[in-house]
Amino acid sequence: MMLSVRDLKVSFRTEDGLVWAIDGVSFDLDEGEILGVVGESGSGKTVSLLAVMGLITDPNATIEGSIRYKGRELVGLPAKELRRLRGNEIAMIFQDPMTALTPVYTIGWQIAEQIRAHQNISKAKALDRVEELLAEVNFPNPREAMSRYPHQLSGGMRQRAVIAMALSCNPALLVADEPTTALDVTVQAGILDLVRKLRATHNSAVVFITHDMGVVSELADRVMVMYAGRVVERGSRSALFADPRHPYTRALLGSIPPLTGEKPRRLPAIPGSPPSLLRLPQGCAFGPRCPLRYDACAAEKPALGDGPHAAACLLEAQA
Amino acid sequence: MASLAIVVVIVLSCLSAPLYARWAGVDPFTSTLDAVIHIDGVEVPVMEASTEGLGLGYTPIGPTWELGNYFLGADNQGRDVMARLLYGGLSSLMIAAAATVFTLIVGTTAGLVAGYFGGVTDTVLSRLLDILWAFPIYLLAISLSIVTITAGISIGPITIESGSLWLPVIIIGIVYVPYVARPIRGQVLSLRNSEFVLAAINLGVPGWHILWRDIQPNITTTLIVFVPLMMALNMLTESALSFLSIGVQPPAASWGTIIQDGQALLYTRPLVALAPGIAIALAVMALNVFGDGLRDALDPRSKVQLGRT
Amino acid sequence: MIYAILRRFGQMLFVMFGISVIVFLIFFATPGSDPAARIAGRNASPEVLEAVRHSFGFDRPLYVQYGLMMQKIFVTGDLTSFVNRGWKVVPAVLDAIPVTLSLVFGAAILWVVVSVIIGIVAAATRDSWLDKLLMALGLIGISMPVYWLGEVMNLITQSRYHDTWLFSWVPPLGYKPLMSDPKGWFLTLVIPWITLAVLYIGIYGRVLRAAIIESMQEDFIRTARAKGLSETRILLRHALRTSLIAFVTLFGLDFGALVGGSALLTEVVFGLNGIGKLTYDAMQNLDLPMIMATVMYASMFVVIANAVVDFVYILLDPRVRTS
Repeated sequence: MMLSVRDLKVSFRTEDGLVWAIDGVSFDLDEGEILGVVGESGSGKTVSLLAVMGLITDPNATIEGSIRYKGRELVGLPAKELRRLRGNEIAMIFQDPMTALTPVYTIGWQIAEQIRAHQNISKAKALDRVEELLAEVNFPNPREAMSRYPHQLSGGMRQRAVIAMALSCNPALLVADEPTTALDVTVQAGILDLVRKLRATHNSAVVFITHDMGVVSELADRVMVMYAGRVVERGSRSALFADPRHPYTRALLGSIPPLTGEKPRRLPAIPGSPPSLLRLPQGCAFGPRCPLRYDACAAEKPALGDGPHAAACLLEAQA
Repeated sequence: MASLAIVVVIVLSCLSAPLYARWAGVDPFTSTLDAVIHIDGVEVPVMEASTEGLGLGYTPIGPTWELGNYFLGADNQGRDVMARLLYGGLSSLMIAAAATVFTLIVGTTAGLVAGYFGGVTDTVLSRLLDILWAFPIYLLAISLSIVTITAGISIGPITIESGSLWLPVIIIGIVYVPYVARPIRGQVLSLRNSEFVLAAINLGVPGWHILWRDIQPNITTTLIVFVPLMMALNMLTESALSFLSIGVQPPAASWGTIIQDGQALLYTRPLVALAPGIAIALAVMALNVFGDGLRDALDPRSKVQLGRT
Repeated sequence: MIYAILRRFGQMLFVMFGISVIVFLIFFATPGSDPAARIAGRNASPEVLEAVRHSFGFDRPLYVQYGLMMQKIFVTGDLTSFVNRGWKVVPAVLDAIPVTLSLVFGAAILWVVVSVIIGIVAAATRDSWLDKLLMALGLIGISMPVYWLGEVMNLITQSRYHDTWLFSWVPPLGYKPLMSDPKGWFLTLVIPWITLAVLYIGIYGRVLRAAIIESMQEDFIRTARAKGLSETRILLRHALRTSLIAFVTLFGLDFGALVGGSALLTEVVFGLNGIGKLTYDAMQNLDLPMIMATVMYASMFVVIANAVVDFVYILLDPRVRTS
């Protein structure tokens, strides 16, 4: 097991009290595996992966639990050692390529900076490597692209540059935080192809965060659905899509149009909105929006089962 | 809010200047070289014969640290420095406040007109502001002062005597007009092209109505944020002009003129120059802190900065 | 590109022209201000006044007077003082330039170095006691009148503590030329440099701190962290580098304004015969041609500084470069 997260909890001290952004998340990841993490905004999917990266710098945040990477505990690891892993073994791609790059440096400079932060090679060598990387992510003219500033590239090109940067040190684990959300649909497809190709060539494990079930169905080996800071369902892609067990997963699947067959007149929307993390319900957090709720749901927080395909729902426990 | 309290205390003390002068029985505007005061029952002349050099000339009395009795000593005309400090503060505050009002009115009008009407009006006004902006402020102030300070100014029915406190008000007011007009113009320009204003124009709402109903509320916050910071800046400018003897004219006093008076006494009676400087620094600091807080509270994204001179 | 440069140059000329017209009008066409009366004295007879008017050319149309004055300043350079007739104004201004430049350059180096350090340290230790202390000191620096601070400096270094080891090296007030007496030049300027720099250290330290803290919230800082860079490198190469754009803009404008006369108060207090002091002296005896010349010189500097800022801005911010 390459990455093993156990009972991860992230809390923030705010003016209105303690907020649990992540409340007991556990998951595992094997080499070369693609895990899709799905949920609405505020479900904690990004925060949990930022925690893995050690990128939660808010002084009001507290991180508890265990994150083991190749057997090594990351929670509480000194900043300096964590830095050695970050960008080197574990790399991240961010949601908005428009703002993810420093505006005053060229693409080539920024990628070379990362390479030289982790490898003791000359500037010229690093730049040669940048050229290879840009070619790998399908830049038509990598030499020329290296001297471009971020604002001179389109959104899709910038995201490719960000991906090239993430790959620059051959990371064993790649975390992609909604890398296609800010892009056009046509560009999205190219980026997804790229991620798939990378898994094949580099054998990197990928955690792909998204709110788009369509993307997950195309890409992921396994899926983890999050709601209000907890995992509500996990399983292999085929199992989860064939037999969604949590009402929330079902609702999510209902809100993507079918690729084949007759299109429904209106997509069913999930009624209500996600709960405020400050005022979570006593029992199941999804309860108030759930079409299948019954009295017990308000009293008890359902636990996630152990099997390969499990859902955190009281109905599940009864079945 | 402690800063606001300091501002209020300073304003109240300065307002009490006439009361203080009457209570202390001094006239802070005429020289009283032969006055005699009592310290611990002993008679002491306000101007002591100098013991330095040839023994010619006089040295004003130093601080007695006794309120109402030449607390901070006398200046080289035998006048009570404490009383002058309070009166001087009164002029400094009044000039700074009036100049702020002047700048805000003229600057806002110019910014509104330029931003709202655009076209030729905007071009002309903006170029004028550019010129005013490129003018080194002290040189502009000096140029304006030279002409007006000796002869006063008369434009049409309005005549301002030389020596009037209105002259520094107008000079300081003019100098900072671009500081207000430029940001207001930018703001109005973007509001002018916002959808709700365009919609109102298409509906045939009269221009003044749009200005008042849709645009005015949006710039009011900016103006409020400007007030304390502008006050601080104006106090510093007023004191500098008065120090250069082109601001407040004698016998009237402001903190700047007192510092200038004290320059001659700097090495013998330094307090004459030190006290008003400390007063300015305190008032300006309080205004800056208050303005900073106000900006953070009302308009945190605004780029209004303090201490720009 | 050439068109943009020409356009910028045209703007510069226009602003300078505007300034010259305004100053000229202020001096020679303000209602109630008759330059002849000023030169002749308060109680001059009408005949004397007429003679003065004619001899100084005030009886000619305003635009002719303006043209002549501009010609004398920029073309022939033989504009003479109203007060000491025969004293040429342009050479006097040229003589004063090195003094002002020495003062402003030294102060600028001081304030840039110190304020960058303060800005970085305060931003890096945000909300700590050190940050609060530095910002409070900066605020005090912003709030003191510069001429008053100069007097306090004089009081300390020339009088009260002059005889102690700390300030016995401070020479008497005045300027020593750099070429003939470099040591004297340096020593006489140290205290004026510090005095002038204090205000700007306060302003720039605060501005830079705010800009760095704002940059640190940006997404690209998170990317930099994800790259595994050290906090120092993130602060200096990413946050500081992007904050410098605002800093440099501010610097250009202030530098231009200072060389163009805003250092006047410091020059007066320390008896440095620079442009500001020249203007101040001319102001005291109402020497209009001299003020006209210094104002024209000053505005030229401000206008040039503005253009240089635009240029440096292009160098620093690639986003402006291409658009």
